[in-house]
Parts: sequence; structure tokens; C-alpha cells
Amino acid sequence: MSETASVLPGMKVAASRGGWLIWTLLAAAFALAPLLFRSGTSLTMMSLMGIAIIFALSYNMLLGQTGMLSFGHAVYFGLGAYFTVHAMNAVIEARLPVPVAAMPLVGGAAGLGFALLFGWVSTKRSGTAFAMISLGLAELVGSSSLILRSFFGGEEGVSTNRTKLLRLFDWNFGAQVQVYYLIAAWCLLCIALMYALTRTPFGRMCNAVRDNPERAQFVGYDPHRVRYIAFVLSGFFAGIAGGLTAINFELANAALFGASQSGNVLLATFIGGVGHFFGPILGAILVTFLQNMLSDVTEVWQLYFGLMFIATVMYAPGGISGLIMMHRPVWRAGALSRLMPGYGMMVVPVALAAAGAILVIEMATQIGVHGAQGTTMKLLGIGFDARSVPPWLVAGAMLGVGGLLARLVGRRIAAAWDDVRAMSLTHGGVA
Amino acid sequence: MTAPALELIGLKKNFGPAEIIRGVDLAIPRAERHAIIGPNGAGKSTLFNLISGLIPLSAGEIRLNGEAVSGKPPFEINRRGLSRSFQVTNIFPAMSVFENVRCAVLWAKGERYAFWRSVGGNRAVTERTEEVLSAINLQSRRDVQAGVLTYAEQRALEIGITMAGGANVILLDEPTAGMSKAETERAVELIRRISEGRTLLIVEHDMSVVFGLADRISVLVYGEIIATGPPAEIRASRQVRDAYLGEEVP
Repeated sequence: MSETASVLPGMKVAASRGGWLIWTLLAAAFALAPLLFRSGTSLTMMSLMGIAIIFALSYNMLLGQTGMLSFGHAVYFGLGAYFTVHAMNAVIEARLPVPVAAMPLVGGAAGLGFALLFGWVSTKRSGTAFAMISLGLAELVGSSSLILRSFFGGEEGVSTNRTKLLRLFDWNFGAQVQVYYLIAAWCLLCIALMYALTRTPFGRMCNAVRDNPERAQFVGYDPHRVRYIAFVLSGFFAGIAGGLTAINFELANAALFGASQSGNVLLATFIGGVGHFFGPILGAILVTFLQNMLSDVTEVWQLYFGLMFIATVMYAPGGISGLIMMHRPVWRAGALSRLMPGYGMMVVPVALAAAGAILVIEMATQIGVHGAQGTTMKLLGIGFDARSVPPWLVAGAMLGVGGLLARLVGRRIAAAWDDVRAMSLTHGGVA
Repeated sequence: MTAPALELIGLKKNFGPAEIIRGVDLAIPRAERHAIIGPNGAGKSTLFNLISGLIPLSAGEIRLNGEAVSGKPPFEINRRGLSRSFQVTNIFPAMSVFENVRCAVLWAKGERYAFWRSVGGNRAVTERTEEVLSAINLQSRRDVQAGVLTYAEQRALEIGITMAGGANVILLDEPTAGMSKAETERAVELIRRISEGRTLLIVEHDMSVVFGLADRISVLVYGEIIATGPPAEIRASRQVRDAYLGEEVP
């Protein structure tokens, strides 16, 4: 995560050139995505992904960069959305010359303001105390949203109309593709800003406070102040994400504050990986995709989601980005081919076990949820009765054989890793 | 006459009914290398924790360069020119060696909490970091995660972090504990170099280190200083022998 400037000037230039390449590719991907995925569903999903990326990165400023586990990050997201909706309505009513593209700033300001307010107390400690206070604040704001109806609009929330604001370049933001580009532009800007933050003196001290708050005090820094600034900046970006959500849905409601919203951002960030800057970006894309896709395929998609999270925590605590970065030195040493056979073989047992697990879950759902309507069901076009014995036997066999094979192949992969490590030690290439 | 670099006046600390530090008075002039010795449980580490602000005083006063610092939090005391190392290695384990040292340089170079400029942009910070890395001989390990360094390397890094900010009073808590003879020699050499022109207060069990390094020595026994003086005087003192040194003095 901590890439230090190289002593050799030539290498420095090469590194920054690589950096520009990545940013250009990222911008191009944002710009061209709607040309590749033209359907309305894809546009909607990509808009949500852009919002989720900002939200997850803002969350990782706390979790990954500063070592603070928050259970209430949706507070700043939700308040950002509400303030944006109210500001949009005020702008429409007063006919102010403000374009819709500027409105996420209102959300950012709201997130920042409430983080200033709530953060002072909660950031005095990190760890469990901070986590508990974040949960309490989330409850507090969640319940006030039901009490203060004039502001929060009760159950149905507050709506707005994004097409009624000042038009720039004849864009009225009625079409989803225009909203997508608005979100993409903000997303790119926020990614760049949050990345730049990690490369500042403050960003480095966030890592220092995460690693060892006591030691940070003895190099002149107040850990509370560092956490507080991180919390406030994180609230700002979460508020922008909320503001974009308000523009996207033309609505703000209490669900935006919800515990599931706070939980989702934690899941996305963790699955993507907290140890590397780009981790939450991958996590946000994947989780948004699965939320939209899985919910079409199965009604218990949240269960699969939870299983995926548990698998990440147990087998890949560094998340997807951790897995990727683990292979970078191997790839540089040209030894990736040694790991590939093992990985290739692993596909079979994993697929087998996953199929067994899916069968068990779906049959259990059929019996438990739809038992009254009958227990015949269809999976991959094959019809069978969930109460009969054979499908359960098949599922059990798949799980058992898959698990056994996974263990055998796992040993082979571990041996291959030992080879790679030993090789790199003799060549001195891999850290 | 200028004020002493560090002055302890009637320092007391009790944990409940247990008195650990029972009235310590000590004045250390600028640029002196001062060692504190004493048997286990004499309160040496507690004394360091009091001076550096890690734990609050029960009574007394601490003056750093003439200014009262008792009751201030550690980061305030650090900003006023006092830096310390720890008996148990206390570094930033997930960060690179380079980042560990750089974090210790930032405040002293005026970067404070800046989140609007690049950390690599301040030449003075980078130069000082390089300087410290070469002083502790860890340039070749600069990009390695600090947590995976060898024990001796981590101890060197600990000293590097302590000296990096340019504090004029440095407290070292058993810097050579757990080191081999060769490693100890290198560490002493390093300490001698970095404490040149600065005030050093060191707790150490290795008597050859203490007598080789210190200008003056204080003997702490049961929370009280029973003697302070140059090494020869301490070695000759009957009282010190009885209380602590025994017959194994070099």
C-alpha cells in the first residue's frame, strides 16, 4: 500500500507515467462504458456502481486507512441525500441559476457538517468504543428520521425533480445516460481526490495512527485529531455519494440511513479489500452487480451474499485486492505459471462444492418458504421434488467430493507457493 | 546560566497505595549523556513514562528546557523537543521502513495535519528521512514492511524514529535489551553518534554500555535516586555497591 518514491530519478518518471496511464484508462472506461452496455438496466446499474465506489472509498478512509470500524457510515450518506433533495427543491422554487451537477456539493457539505458534529466524541477512541458509538449514532439518526416528519417526509420520504434545475449545454438530466455521466464525472473526481489524500502528510499519519496510535503521539501527533479529520473528510465524500443517490432516484427516504446500508458498504469494502486503495472500487462494483443480478435469480440472494462475505473473511482476509497484490511479485519474477496448474485444478472442486451448496439452499428454500404450494422445483431446467431423497444425496455427494478434492488441490497449491517463495529467495527478487 | 535540558522536581507516582516513584529530583544539563541504572522494579520505566507524558504524575514538576510540561499529553511534550524509545519495540508494523521514519519527521518539518499537499513534495522531509535511514543503516531495507524486520533491525528503527524529529532531549529505554554482543556494539556506536550535541537519558542494564556511554549516572532504587555522579564516582561508591551493584562491577 505504501509505495515510496524511488531514489532513482529514472524509476520515478516511469512510476508516474504508469500512474497517468492508469488514470487515463479509468477515465476512458467511465466514458465508454455506456457505449458498450447500452440497455437501461446496465445504465442504472453502472450509475449505482459509481455511487457505491465513492461511498466504499469514503468508508475505507476510516477502516483501511485509519483503522476505524464504523457501523453507521450510512448516516452521512443518507443526510447527504436528504439535504441535496431539499436544496434541489429550494433551488427549483426560488428559480436560482444552479445546475444539478453542482448539487452533490450540498450533500458533501451536509455529510461534512454532521461528521464535524458527531465525530468529535466518537473519534476519541478507536476500536470497540468507536464502533459502538457509530452504531448508537446510526440508531439515533434513524429514529429521528421517523419523528421529524417535516424534514424526512416519513415513510415515503421526500422527492424532487432533477429536470427542473438550470440546464447547461441543453442537458436536462431526464435521460439516465446523462445522469450516468454526471455520476461518472463525480466518481472520477472523488477517486482522484481520495487517492491524493493518501499521499499527503495527513494520509500517512492516518496509517501511523491505524498501526500504532501510542507511537504516533510520540512523534508529535494527536491521534484523536488525526481520526477526527479523517472522519470529517470521510463524511464529506459519503455525503457526495448520498447527493448523487438523491439525483439518481429523485428521492430521499429513510432506507438510505438503514443498518443494511451501513452493512453493505462494510461488506463491499471488505470483499474488495481494505489494504489497497483500489480494493473498495472492485468491491463496490462486484457487490452492486451481485445485488442487482442475484436478486433476479434467487430470492435468498442475501444469504449467498453473506456466505461470500464469510468466505472472504476466512480464506482471503485481504479481499480481492489482497489476492491480486499477493501475486504481483510472483508475476514480476515470472513465476506465475508455476501457480496456474493448481489454480486451474481448483476450479473443479470449487464449482462442485458451490453447486452442492446452491442445491441445498434452494431446496431448503423451496420446502421452507413455498412448502405449502408444493415442493416440486426446477433448477437448470431439471425438475425434481425437493422432498425426495435423491437430490439431497446428489447435493451431499457434491459437497463432500468437492470439499475433499479442494483439500487435495489446496495442498498442491501450497506446495507451489513454497516453491515460488524459495525461488524468489535465491534470486532475491520477491519481498 | 541556561536552564537544564531536563529538570525533575520532587517527582512522585503512586498506583493506589503503592508508591513507585518516591520523590525524584534530577537536573540534566544540555548535551549530557545521562544513564539511569537500578535493580528490576526500581521504577526506571515508570520514570520514563512520567517524563514523556504517557502516565500522569501524582506530585512534582517536570521542566523541559526550562518550561513546565507536567500534565501535558505526550504529543505536546514531543513537540517541545523530547522524544523517546520504548523497551518493547514500538513501531508502525504495517508501514514500510521509509514511511516509519518519515512519519517521525513530518511534525518537526512543519507538515502538521496537512491534507492539501503531497507528502513527497517537501524536500526537507525526504532528505531528513534519507539521513536517518543511512544513520541507522537500513537504506537497503527501506521498502520492507517494518513488521517483518529482524529484531535488531526493529530496534535500530525504533532508535531512528526516536531521533528523526530532531528532538534535543532523547530518552532511550533499554535500547540494547535482547541484542547479541556484536549487535550491542553497533547499537552503542549508533547511540553515541545520534546523541552528539543532544541531551540523552538512557535506562540500561548492560553495565559496559552504561559506563562506556554516560557522562553521569544516577542510581534509582525503590523509586529514589540514591546517588548521582560521574561513572568513576558511582563505581567507587560504597552505598551504590551495597544497594545494587554487588561485586560484579567492571
